[in-house]
Amino acid sequence: MLKLNSYGTRKLILDISKTRFYSAAVPKRKPESETRKEPKKENESFMANIFRGNLVSKQVFPYPDVLTLEQKETTDSMLDPFQRFFSDVNNAARNDENSVIDDKTLDALWELGGMAIQVPSEYGGLGMNNTQYARLCQIVGANDLGLGITLGAHQSIGFKGILLYGTPEQKAKYLPKVASEQVYAAFALTEPSSGSDANSIRSRAVKTADNKYYILNGSKIWISNGGLADVMTVFAQTEQIDQKTGEKKDKVTAFIVERSFGGVTNGAPEKKMGIKASNTAEVYFEDVKIPIENVLGKEGEGFKVAVNILNSGRFGMGATLSGTMKKCIEIATAHANNRTQFGQKIKEFGTIQEKLVNMNILQYATESMAFMISQNMDSGSQDYHLETAISKVYASECAWYVADEAIQILGGMGFMKETGLERIMRDLRIFRIFEGTNEVLRLFVALSGVQYAGNHLKELQRALKNPSANLGFIFKEASRRATSRIGLGGVDLSAFVVPELQESAKKAASCIDLFGRTTEEVLMKYNKNIINEQIVLNHLANSAIDIYAMIATLSRSTRAAKLNLPTAEHELNLTKALANQATERVFQHLRKATSPQLQSENKLLSTIAKKICEQDGVHSTGVIDLN
Amino acid sequence: MISLLFNSVATPFWKWQRCGKYNLWTPNHPLSFLTISAVARKKMARVLVGVKRVIDYAVKVRVKPEKNGVVTQGVKHSMNPFDEIAVEEAVKMKEKKLASEVIAVSVGPTQSQEVIRTALAMGADRGVHVEVPAAEYDLLQPIHVSKILAKLALDEKADLVILGKQAIDDDANQTAQMTAAVLDWPQGTFCNKVEKTDAGLTIAREIDGGLETIKTKLPAVLSADLRLNTPRYATLPNIMKAKKKPLKKVTPKDLGVDTTPRIEIISVEDPPVRQAGAVVADVDALVAKLKAGGHI
Repeated sequence: MLKLNSYGTRKLILDISKTRFYSAAVPKRKPESETRKEPKKENESFMANIFRGNLVSKQVFPYPDVLTLEQKETTDSMLDPFQRFFSDVNNAARNDENSVIDDKTLDALWELGGMAIQVPSEYGGLGMNNTQYARLCQIVGANDLGLGITLGAHQSIGFKGILLYGTPEQKAKYLPKVASEQVYAAFALTEPSSGSDANSIRSRAVKTADNKYYILNGSKIWISNGGLADVMTVFAQTEQIDQKTGEKKDKVTAFIVERSFGGVTNGAPEKKMGIKASNTAEVYFEDVKIPIENVLGKEGEGFKVAVNILNSGRFGMGATLSGTMKKCIEIATAHANNRTQFGQKIKEFGTIQEKLVNMNILQYATESMAFMISQNMDSGSQDYHLETAISKVYASECAWYVADEAIQILGGMGFMKETGLERIMRDLRIFRIFEGTNEVLRLFVALSGVQYAGNHLKELQRALKNPSANLGFIFKEASRRATSRIGLGGVDLSAFVVPELQESAKKAASCIDLFGRTTEEVLMKYNKNIINEQIVLNHLANSAIDIYAMIATLSRSTRAAKLNLPTAEHELNLTKALANQATERVFQHLRKATSPQLQSENKLLSTIAKKICEQDGVHSTGVIDLN
Repeated sequence: MISLLFNSVATPFWKWQRCGKYNLWTPNHPLSFLTISAVARKKMARVLVGVKRVIDYAVKVRVKPEKNGVVTQGVKHSMNPFDEIAVEEAVKMKEKKLASEVIAVSVGPTQSQEVIRTALAMGADRGVHVEVPAAEYDLLQPIHVSKILAKLALDEKADLVILGKQAIDDDANQTAQMTAAVLDWPQGTFCNKVEKTDAGLTIAREIDGGLETIKTKLPAVLSADLRLNTPRYATLPNIMKAKKKPLKKVTPKDLGVDTTPRIEIISVEDPPVRQAGAVVADVDALVAKLKAGGHI
């Protein structure tokens, strides 16, 4: 994990041993009173259940189709005006060049109504649901990511907390402002000493003696819209007194902070590699007086608020990036169709064809995931955290690859500013970092899944302690393992897909089977220490991601075939190609995770890493240097 | 008279000036000429605007393999650009309080409702969709449409009909003229500027030689040209509001208009591919070649 020296001198300290990650992944031993008594509801998340090797297909087969005809028509009627804003009014290249979006464009964006897409109409917004928002995000992604971040930081996370956790008074007070009165919002969590490790923030809010205000002190860095926002969702440590034990503990609380409270200042806009049009700044809070009515959610529950806000906005990234990938593919394909070298159009060459196909497969998979997740969320599902994390990791890495290959196909022209691809590439880099770095999210996916599987195993353990009472359960588990090991039984996807995809479905099913078995093996081997086996966890996470991609595409192309869409055949082909590639990768990863050589390989890596850090860098003798 | 009093309350008396054709001291309200003639006070105009759903201007049009039309299935369609200008002019008149109501009309199959909704989102008050089945629509001509619009103008008691000067799919440039003829109303075509006056309208129209200014009485039919105005973008909230505005559906039969086709489409083909030219040595050779080709 990379840590910034707390005095902000930007000295990077690579510290593997003190690795911490999203605390949500590892539930600490909480006293009974703190854990909410959640009803024993079946976890419907497809991904969580494949960690047990189980197929829970409700969320994935058939491909969700949640919008009513009216909602689809409404969204359709908005696509054109939204796109026209980007073609006629906005100028992405100019925004990037000047590192700012000019006032005229921002005014037009507000007037267009694009700043409050998900706010209910009674507060002045468009009242659209997640899927409709995702569709509009695709247009944003295809045109201007810098402006997209301004939009996203404002509504996807900036005031999302008020939408999700706000009291009616808070909603009535703030939503109209952020919807149509040109009041910008921001999400202020990150601090110099606290990035991935969100629970370690140092800003403090102290309650006044009369219990009417909180006094906030602290500083946040890299806050999108930090220089523009008048309404911010700020997270700070507050002293909470445990009701039962009387023990005093620091817990994070979320606040709605207005700049007008006084004491809120911000630094100059940061100079960035990409998304330059978006304003990123440090925000300082000095004795800011926050009325107690502005606590968002409950006191002490700020961490949950933060995680849920980020989770609920994450699907938007997948949709946005699928739009960006579409744009890159268009540019690359146009070039491949027109460029002649060596006497042929370059689209005739196998190398170019392979690139274009890979780009398209990844775009198809990303889009399928994004809209599957958003529709699951819209139909009321609460179990989507693994899927959104996977979609963010996948989308950000695929988009980087697609932009890179697009530049490669264009050759020298791709490197030039006027093509626009270099700007897209620079804009895309941050997507692997913010909103949860891909590394942290992989660990989150793996650990959450493993924990879910572990709970099930604990049940099995308990059952084994009293076998006579749980014979049926034990029998079921035993036979499942036996048949799975000899290749019988296991997951069967054949009923969910069309005949053309039976083979691909079998491949995906075998991946899921192996995945479930591997998870169990790994749990039994490492037990609680699995937390520290990051390399194993990464193998699991990467397999999970590829499995989800396969399932999303199998589901979507099945739907296309059943509806006889004109693009059905092409979509089926993309799915088959992805299944071929992904299955190979999954098997590779899972074999490595349980490989007997793993420990010795890990030891070797550890030794090398230690030396590198010890020697502050490269530690090999120059070939011709005098010793 | 009542409006005079109202205006006088609205503006403080030290801002009054001599104005109006009666040379009275009155508040210098931009519309005071209207209120001055309170005695002969004109009611605000009701405007009917025609909008057509056409293939989007940016799309590359392809001829169907059967050669009986162009590909429209799955192709992007939008409002005819000149019709957007017409709607904008009507909405502007409403904002200047020169018009009381703007009604958007489209003749065509079910999908035509999309452009009516766009017009509503731009500010029209209600819509009328004259439903014509797709097969019949292919053979529908301005002669039919003009009769439909004329009947609607009378039924809806419109004072002004504004159309786009021509549609970008057939480039007919006939509907406005024919509609005026059916109604026996004056017509102002290729409008570059429209001003309302006491007597009616003063229009600047684009002609080959420049701009021609004419005056007409109301009711009238206008056709909008490119430089009349810049159409506004429909904002997303307005699009949502437009869904609640009333949209009436009628058929040509309801209006008593006969839409029997008067033409038959024999074939639709791509324009011939441009042939390569030839370089000639001198003018004599050029003239000889032209004569041989029958061009002169």
